Amino acid sequence: MIRKEILRYTASQRTNHWLVAILFFMAALSGLALFHPALFWLSNLFGGGPWTRILHPFMGVVMFVLFLGLVIRFWRANFFIRNDGLWLKRIDRVIQNEEEGVPPIGKYNPGQKLLFWTLLACMLALLLTGLVIWRAYFSVYFGITTIRWAMLLHALAGFVLVLSIIIHIYAGIWIKGSISAMVHGWVSRAWAKKHHELWYREVTRDEQPDPPISKKG
Amino acid sequence: MASQDIIARSATTTVPPSVRNQEEVAKLIDTTKCIGCKACQVACSEWNELRADVGHCLGTYENPQDLSAETWTLMRFTEHETDAGNLEWLIRKDGCMHCAEPGCLAACPSPGAIIKHVNGIVDFNQDHCIGCGYCITGCPFNIPRISQKDHKAYKCTLCSDRVEVGLEPACVKTCPTGAIVFGTKEDMKEHAAERIVDLKSRGFENAGLYDPAGVGGTHVMYVLHHADTPQLYAGLAKDPAISPLVGLWKGVSKPLGLLAMGLAVLAGFFHYVRIGPQVVEEDELPPLKDNAVHEVDPSVHTFDPRGENRP
Repeated sequence: MIRKEILRYTASQRTNHWLVAILFFMAALSGLALFHPALFWLSNLFGGGPWTRILHPFMGVVMFVLFLGLVIRFWRANFFIRNDGLWLKRIDRVIQNEEEGVPPIGKYNPGQKLLFWTLLACMLALLLTGLVIWRAYFSVYFGITTIRWAMLLHALAGFVLVLSIIIHIYAGIWIKGSISAMVHGWVSRAWAKKHHELWYREVTRDEQPDPPISKKG
Repeated sequence: MASQDIIARSATTTVPPSVRNQEEVAKLIDTTKCIGCKACQVACSEWNELRADVGHCLGTYENPQDLSAETWTLMRFTEHETDAGNLEWLIRKDGCMHCAEPGCLAACPSPGAIIKHVNGIVDFNQDHCIGCGYCITGCPFNIPRISQKDHKAYKCTLCSDRVEVGLEPACVKTCPTGAIVFGTKEDMKEHAAERIVDLKSRGFENAGLYDPAGVGGTHVMYVLHHADTPQLYAGLAKDPAISPLVGLWKGVSKPLGLLAMGLAVLAGFFHYVRIGPQVVEEDELPPLKDNAVHEVDPSVHTFDPRGENRP
């Protein structure tokens, strides 16, 4: 029996990813409630304004800690390689679903790698500025100018993070097979070869040809 | 009774109920008449039923040491030596300035937690306050304080409850030297102008009114002997204004940010509609290179009842 699928994410990687995703949604929705008056109604999801104010920073810290788990698991796979530059130059073709002239790439494409490093930068910025503006515990240790900068940068980093995740989610919807890769872990050989050929070659390098299929079973 | 005199309301993008027309009021604090008796502090404490914890003497005249959720006004004392070698005891009653363009209100994320009345009073509505402290970040005068008891922000209300029924603020009523007066803003400016003429005639050439334009003017104003250097008065800001950082944080950037997020979602949707998903054809790839010879039993026939050519 031929093994048709390749394991892209282990159960703990998937769990880690989805925990971060859940925490992101909680932190983002509560953060957006305070971001602009038009979205203040989102605070009702968390039990009102004061509860939103109380919970948001804790959600953020938990999200950061869990995200560190993803960083430790995936950072090595997110270094840029030579083909990545060319891939980025041909991003217009990638977006058009064209494959002509798009070079093969590793486990992650350069778009995913950019996302990874952007998320890491945003998470760090959100954590550090978030501590400064955490009125209940930490703001007392900082001057008003520092707090004002932190407020501004926190909003900016939050904005970039939400925007990045919108792109991330859409990419998952667009590239069929990637959501299921993160839900149950497996991708088809064809999927791996089409989207991440260098990675595909790497994971199949040591494979022995399977025994022949017999119609008799 | 519904409020009908609100001309600005925090985190609100429509016009608040503001049909009532009232004259702007102001409290004028004449630092040149103040004797530092702190009766205003006591009156504030009594009228508003606030009792700050008894603190410690740290070798300064201030008591308590700083504004707090229970101390909405505070005498601040400065010993200033003039160029001529004279000692001047500069005393300033600190508290909310009731800015025409309040930084606290601009920064507040909670609808209706901070309101500005037609008469100029900036008031906190603790019922709507979520305790985030953004008002502190927005204030150019370092006035609001978060209570450790209920995590709500507090500051001087300009005795909005008294003013509403035609009374002057408690501090004004109690001031024994008449250093604090209250009335329409126009009248207070006129009164201040007379005081300044008097002060100038007595050698205070730089006497003047503190009604800083950077925050659109204030509804608490000072007569200062040294209006050219307000910093002398325990660090009173020379040109207070809402910080550009706060302006950027709370200004056009956020509507634009929301727009960008919305556009990103739309861009994704229309990419899907116009270009469509990336689907992998599973037969694009032979399962594995397979050099073995397959033996197929010729006696086995496959029959697909659905007529599809499936193995």
